[in-house]
Amino acid sequence: MRRLAVVLALAACVTSAVTFAAGVAWAQDGGEGLQTTLTHEGEPVPGVTITVYTEGGALVGAAATDEDGHWTLPVPGSGTYRVELDESTLPEGLSVVGGNVREPFVRPGSVGGLLFGLTTGEAPAQPAPAPPGGEAPPDGEAPPGEEVAPEEEIPEDPEQEIEVVAGPNPWDRVLSHVYSGIHFGLIIALAALGLSLVFGTMGLINFSHGELVTFGAFAVLVLNVTGLPLLGPDFTVHLLIAIPIALVLAVAFGYLQDRYFWGWLRRRGTGVIAMMIISIGVALLLRHLYLYQFGPSRIPYSQYVVQAPQRIGPLHVPMKTLITDAIALVVLVGVASALVLTRFGKAIRAVADNPALAAASGINVDRIIRLVWAVGTGLAALAGIFLAMHESATYLMGFQMLLLIFAGVVVGGVGTAFGAIVGSLIVGVLIQVSTLWVPSELKYVVALAVLIVVLLVRPQGLLGRRARIG
Amino acid sequence: MNLDLVLTQTLSQALGPGVVVFALAAIGLNVQFGYTGLLNFGQAAFAGVGAYGMAMTISTVMPRCVASTNWPCSGLSGVSPQVTFWLSVVVGLVGALLLALLLGVSTLRLRADYLAIATVAAAEALRRVVRSVELRDWTGGTEGVRGFAETFRDYGYAIGEAFLPPLRPGENLRIGPLFFTATSLWVMIVGWFLVALCLLLVWLAMRSPWGRVLRAIREDEDAVRSLGKSAFSYKIQSLVLGGMIGALAGFIQALRLGNVNPDQYHTTFTFYIYAVLILGGAARVFGPVVGAMLFWGLYNFLNQLLRQVAALDVLPEGLLTTTKVDPLVFVLLGAGIIALLIFRPQGIFGDRREISLDVR
Repeated sequence: MRRLAVVLALAACVTSAVTFAAGVAWAQDGGEGLQTTLTHEGEPVPGVTITVYTEGGALVGAAATDEDGHWTLPVPGSGTYRVELDESTLPEGLSVVGGNVREPFVRPGSVGGLLFGLTTGEAPAQPAPAPPGGEAPPDGEAPPGEEVAPEEEIPEDPEQEIEVVAGPNPWDRVLSHVYSGIHFGLIIALAALGLSLVFGTMGLINFSHGELVTFGAFAVLVLNVTGLPLLGPDFTVHLLIAIPIALVLAVAFGYLQDRYFWGWLRRRGTGVIAMMIISIGVALLLRHLYLYQFGPSRIPYSQYVVQAPQRIGPLHVPMKTLITDAIALVVLVGVASALVLTRFGKAIRAVADNPALAAASGINVDRIIRLVWAVGTGLAALAGIFLAMHESATYLMGFQMLLLIFAGVVVGGVGTAFGAIVGSLIVGVLIQVSTLWVPSELKYVVALAVLIVVLLVRPQGLLGRRARIG
Repeated sequence: MNLDLVLTQTLSQALGPGVVVFALAAIGLNVQFGYTGLLNFGQAAFAGVGAYGMAMTISTVMPRCVASTNWPCSGLSGVSPQVTFWLSVVVGLVGALLLALLLGVSTLRLRADYLAIATVAAAEALRRVVRSVELRDWTGGTEGVRGFAETFRDYGYAIGEAFLPPLRPGENLRIGPLFFTATSLWVMIVGWFLVALCLLLVWLAMRSPWGRVLRAIREDEDAVRSLGKSAFSYKIQSLVLGGMIGALAGFIQALRLGNVNPDQYHTTFTFYIYAVLILGGAARVFGPVVGAMLFWGLYNFLNQLLRQVAALDVLPEGLLTTTKVDPLVFVLLGAGIIALLIFRPQGIFGDRREISLDVR
């Protein structure tokens, strides 16, 4: 009896510890926000309304300062926000120093502090002080005559957020890293499948594949957040409607790209190496078109940005992660089995094996490559959409992922569909699990090291056939 | 609109130190890609190794070494800045040599396109390691290293005092509308001297039997092997030579900016070098120099011109603001690379028979 009581007490302890730890971890994990405290001559100023907008002008939320002058508001994610203090709600005779608008930048996982200085009488017209707790948005402008080397325009990439949180048990920690690795691996796999198929059928290492990933993310962004310019800027649709439309657009984009560009190059007899460098040009062009149109900041979608995590066993996972993973898995298995089972799949594999022989046996090689481009772009776009759902869309997201996609493709075996899937999952899990031992900013280095080692030891990859590689 | 400013800016940039960096890196790549057909996508890493070799030796390694009393450093307390400077040059070059050996021995047996992936991955991995917080004490992390260019600058001042007035402190050189400060003039003189030296070296090397073997490897590696030459060894030598010239580009980049930063050596740098090389004409001695002047001149021309146009406010709202100039220039550069490779893959000076791009 006493033993049972001890066990029960212990169990209660552990459970509460788990809950507590998980709660703390979640607060640290998903909690971007803004905060400030309004005081005047040491006295708190309550009841002042402060409103937060996204950079694009969409309303995030509004709140009033409490009895102690404190004000906090959660924001949907990292990014630059526009914060307006409603001066009409200030007590009589008070005004804000340096204007009532601040534009802070909120870092991932942190709460940005704002500074509103209050003064009696007319506020002096001085420029707004730099908001503390945040960084001034990077201005890409240099005075004329100042040299701006083109290679200096790459901003540092923010850390990937891990959305899965585990309990205090060390094995749970490993498990959570494995799961977030699988989650990331599935996204890489979606993109890698297209790259691998394109390489298999036309021998092109497509350096612009990352920009196809970004295409999907931005297509949804246009439909969901920024609005269609043709139908008026306010015409936006729900994310669940935007995604299918974006996928159709991506498939069409891939099809047309091959129909009018890559297919044309093939007919002109452009060499594979030349096409590879052309793809670098395409990547440069598309990437900066995105930058031109959407600017350098991270933009979240309108729906499903912040979700309370669900508890599954020892893991705490947001619902959207589970659903996107399930969709990714179904799509990957679907495409892979279509490659094995359908006539088109057989034709794709035949072209990958030997284009001349496939053409001789009556397969329209050009049409098959076009199909591969359409499907591959659709898959890449899906990867971009899922990635942007979890960490917002930026013009660099695909480019930053490109080497990981390469890693997935090479580890699994270039030109094989199953290889790309398996390789990507390995790379994804490796990246996330490696953060248990190596600093997280070096996790991509682990993936790149694996890529190089596989190229050296087994260039055909895990599932590839031995072909001429050197 | 001030078209004069646009043109003088373009002209002074096309002669200035920036173009030297592109030219040197492209001369190195020309040895590897143009003559030997190696798809080295890690040229940024070679330049980075040169730049960081110089910067870290002068700014972090030597000062700390002098301060410590342990064995290899104990005798170094009296080393003059001049010796340190030349030591840093040696460190940069040896670093590039080692990187070339490391990359080459492991990856040169791979097929051309696999080599591209391996080198791009290695360069990116190296960049990420350098910018990590763990190595911050030595590499400066994301902020990089500065404060290493004084000795080099003093050399320039010394020569200026002796016989070149424009190189003296605070002086500058004006030729018509062009304007160069003493420091950038000194970097230019050294830079163009290095370019001339490298061009001479490449010209002599490619006329020699050694150079003919390199070209033969580009055309048909199996044929070279069947004639009893070790293609692998020649490819390593080509990678080493090109990489060390790339390290020179890194020196000039570091000295002209006065700092090194990991993001200066991003993979995009390598991509621009390819654009430079193909623009000028691969496998041509002067190709990289012409390409660099055109690329950098064109970049600056478009940038200045579009800035002026944006300032005019004649275009519809939001179409072209000053923040949108840079992206637009890169869109045009991307389109330019595509058009160049499709319609004139041999570049301006290239010889269509001498280009590995057309091999199918």
